[in-house]
Amino acid sequence: MAYYEEDDLGRFSEVGKHRPDLFEKFMAWYEACQEDGALSRREKALIGLAVAHALQCPYCIDAYSQACLEAGSNMEQMTEAIHMASALRGGASLIHALQAHNSVNKVSM
Amino acid sequence: MISKALPVIPDGATQRARAAVGFDEKLAAHGLGLRRAGVVETLQVNVGKLCNQACKHCHVDAGPKRTEIMTRETAGQVIAAVRRFRIPTLDITGGAPELNPSFRHLVAEARRAGACVIVRHNLTVMFEPGQDDLPEFFRAHEVEVVSSLPYFLEQQTDAQRGAGVFRKSVEALRRLNAAGYGREGGALKLNLVYNPVGAFLPPSQEAIEKDFKRELLARHGVTFDQLYTITNMPIRRFLEYLRRSGNEERYMRKLIEAFNPATVEGLMCRTLVSVDWTGRLFDCDFNQMLELGVAGELPQTVSDFDPSLFEGREVMTGAHCFGCTAGAGSSCGGAVAVGD
Repeated sequence: MAYYEEDDLGRFSEVGKHRPDLFEKFMAWYEACQEDGALSRREKALIGLAVAHALQCPYCIDAYSQACLEAGSNMEQMTEAIHMASALRGGASLIHALQAHNSVNKVSM
Repeated sequence: MISKALPVIPDGATQRARAAVGFDEKLAAHGLGLRRAGVVETLQVNVGKLCNQACKHCHVDAGPKRTEIMTRETAGQVIAAVRRFRIPTLDITGGAPELNPSFRHLVAEARRAGACVIVRHNLTVMFEPGQDDLPEFFRAHEVEVVSSLPYFLEQQTDAQRGAGVFRKSVEALRRLNAAGYGREGGALKLNLVYNPVGAFLPPSQEAIEKDFKRELLARHGVTFDQLYTITNMPIRRFLEYLRRSGNEERYMRKLIEAFNPATVEGLMCRTLVSVDWTGRLFDCDFNQMLELGVAGELPQTVSDFDPSLFEGREVMTGAHCFGCTAGAGSSCGGAVAVGD
């Protein structure tokens, strides 16, 4: 058995088998988040794609790659979103160098 | 010729998509049926499968090697029907309809009969021998031009329609603009068609139209009137692509899950009759390619056509119909449930 199965994405609702009340609350919130608002569906799909890469969730990457295409985005725009997520991940690691500096400085003469 | 011909897919009957749910079943589950409206507003005529392009998604399976082409006699029967029944709109498609020797005659006579004429013009045919005056011909006959341009970027357009198509299409758009087409507030209408470059649904028509207008003007200085979003139909060449790429099941599931009952009332098959190159009648161009004729009790050919007999009659359906009811819906005039 593989840990990730492509078809499992379509089986997401099965998560609601236990405590369906909680799953329904989640889905209502999730779907409300997708609607056009101050941000367009397209902008939200690009944010979703970026977050999916930051989380490295294969289901979300699949779902939001499709969502971006179906919102009219192209690979250039999607790649920029992925770079944004990656740059933040890189920056978030890199800024911890200051923790290392602090730690080293604390015990150094 | 711009593109190499793709293999011709021989048998319409075996080229039907497989779906887990029947289209009629789905309609019934929503308390709906699919019957024709009271009037036939459009006669859509496919004058042949000959085309200078061989696009990867083409539901007609058209290309440079196709020989099926409407004769002058059949074109005459179409004109007679338009004139006799005062059909409001003649929608001419192909292939590249301009390559049919009777094309200009058909346009001129239909206009003389008082019909609005739409031509599904692929833009690049303008650069074929003897076709460079098309913008002037369209203008002289006040033809509404509808042209496919799947995306405002070269890579996506050429991936679907063939190498070099985007650049030629932009040049053709410039010539149409120069002839007065696609100018804001102008009478000469130039509408573009977006369809997805792959196995996914189209975006919001309103949103992508804004992108096309902004990008085509900024990058290439061209303008147009409306953008129609059209869903790729799971038949013929696009179905072959779905099967080859392992996407058929996923795409059909997507179409079925996106079924929108609000699209049914506006489906084009309710107000349009489709005519093939031999004069045979169909409920739409997609049924035509699947050789799924109009209901057996109706006239089968344009020579026997009488729109009054079609009023309220059953529309022939198949799994491919899920393509027209997904999301905002799809028709030859774009989305059918805009704002839904």
